[in-house]
Amino acid sequence: MTGKETFEAIVARHGSTVLRVCRALVGPFDADDAWSETFLAALRAYPALPADANVEAWLVTIAHRKAIDVTRATARRPIPVEEVPDAMSAGNAPPPGIDPDLVAALTRLPAKQRQAVTYHFLAGLPYAEVAAILGGSTDAARRAAADGMGTLRRTCPRIPGGKGTAQ
Amino acid sequence: MTDETELARELTRALSEAPGQLGRLHARLAAAARADGILDVAYRTLDSPIGTLLLAATERGLVRVAFSCEDHDAVLGDLSARISPRILRDDIRLDVAARELEQYFAGGRRTFDVALDWRLSSGFRSTVLHHLPEIAYGRTASYAAVAQLAGNPKAVRAVGSACATNPLPVVVPCHRVVRSDGGMGGYLGGIEAKRTLLSLEAAA
Repeated sequence: MTGKETFEAIVARHGSTVLRVCRALVGPFDADDAWSETFLAALRAYPALPADANVEAWLVTIAHRKAIDVTRATARRPIPVEEVPDAMSAGNAPPPGIDPDLVAALTRLPAKQRQAVTYHFLAGLPYAEVAAILGGSTDAARRAAADGMGTLRRTCPRIPGGKGTAQ
Repeated sequence: MTDETELARELTRALSEAPGQLGRLHARLAAAARADGILDVAYRTLDSPIGTLLLAATERGLVRVAFSCEDHDAVLGDLSARISPRILRDDIRLDVAARELEQYFAGGRRTFDVALDWRLSSGFRSTVLHHLPEIAYGRTASYAAVAQLAGNPKAVRAVGSACATNPLPVVVPCHRVVRSDGGMGGYLGGIEAKRTLLSLEAAA
């Protein structure tokens, strides 16, 4: 008799992606809390999840809600979210060769754009799924992601096509 | 489009986890799940003289010990179907069981005190399994003798199938049940494992 996939297998397969999503949404300091809240809520609800559900979209939807909770909690603290780039270089240094400006630029995007970029380009969800999470049309989701990517490209010189590209 | 792909790849790298971060998050998740009472099955593996064992426990106690020849992934799939898919790797809930088994394999423990969850056996098979700890450490009993012990002397074959489907081998000592003609009889973990356990107990 074989049942539903174990939750352990879900964490093993999606843990990294969900962590990237959380880091993109709330920054490196609060990402651990957002990740933990996401998987704890997912574990609670897992037995009721239909067998044919898109697990990744389900997890990202939960992460979206938990990130909003975490961001609200952070906003009540004295340090503004905008200082995440500084915090990142202090406590949680990015891997060598990575431009921390890119993460900083992502953090500065308007929420809708940051979410659309994250869900489509980092989590790999189709725009229809992104729209379902954000509310609004598939076209609006696609536009928000494209606008966000455009801003990132302009603000990050190391990226091909960005201003000051030196290839 | 190529630009977008490149940019997406760069973002993915920039946001990847620090070394060890996911391991720490996993431990934190298991602890929170335990505290909230939603970790239905916790499991770990244990290296032993009879191969790598899978140990699984519910909130009530140790529910399954599995040999590697049973295919641990298949065993976890079975636990998911029969108990719950809320299953996580978690050393802490298996602490006592693992320590007692290590002591047993080192020859320093003769009986197990760890709490057991018997839910995976039922009926006469369960009755048989409950009587097995009465066979003393280092001794053996025939299938016929165990049938008698379980209150149904004619149910010799049923004793055989109870032992063959014991969800808690080693801890519930079905390895001490042998054929009345002196033969080893079968063992889910293989005859070699049964021989190893019996000589370990004879030597200690």
